[in-house]
Amino acid sequence: MANTQAMCTSFKTQLLTGTHSFGTAPIRAATTADTFNAALYLASATINAATTVYSATGEVTGTGYTPGGISITSWNAPAATGTTAFTTPTASFVYTTVTLSTSFDSVLIYNVTQGNKAVSVHTFGAQTITAGTFTLTMPTNAAGTALLQIA
Amino acid sequence: MIVTTTKGEMDDSLLEHRAGNIDNDNELTTWVEYWLDGELVHRSVHVTLKKYTVTGETIAAFF
Repeated sequence: MANTQAMCTSFKTQLLTGTHSFGTAPIRAATTADTFNAALYLASATINAATTVYSATGEVTGTGYTPGGISITSWNAPAATGTTAFTTPTASFVYTTVTLSTSFDSVLIYNVTQGNKAVSVHTFGAQTITAGTFTLTMPTNAAGTALLQIA
Repeated sequence: MIVTTTKGEMDDSLLEHRAGNIDNDNELTTWVEYWLDGELVHRSVHVTLKKYTVTGETIAAFF
């Protein structure tokens, strides 16, 4: 037998459920999942790993689009395969009957429950919408493809 | 089929239909457009993300 340096896979999954805190953290009064939103950003915006909180700066504007984006209805229960923990929203993000005339190419996922703190940024080919629907379908919820992964 | 347009609800038989797709490692995107007399009056897009777009090692470094 030999010991192997590693971040425990169970710990990675528990990070996705708020089990551990190494510093000052919000008091979690509920045991339910937080509420997350998905907001769209212009191709000219600057959102990236340095983004800490949702901001309307650079967010799309247009007919039928509500600032702050849409609420993500639910997430797959965090799980792990191999040494990768992951989760993905259970349904597509659908922005119905909108006109977004300025090119956009990103979606920011952020935690409404925890002061709109940023979670992740996902990019795609730049698009515009005219009196139509923008649908963002999630990748397969598995290691290597899931929307959020800790590997 | 009735289509929502910038001119209101219209029958698609009155409109020019255009469609296309983009398929790469990151996404499969399909789009549909309807045009009326050279004016774009409807455009819908469906993006299917294929995979995680940031390396796991990058995320792990955050912790």
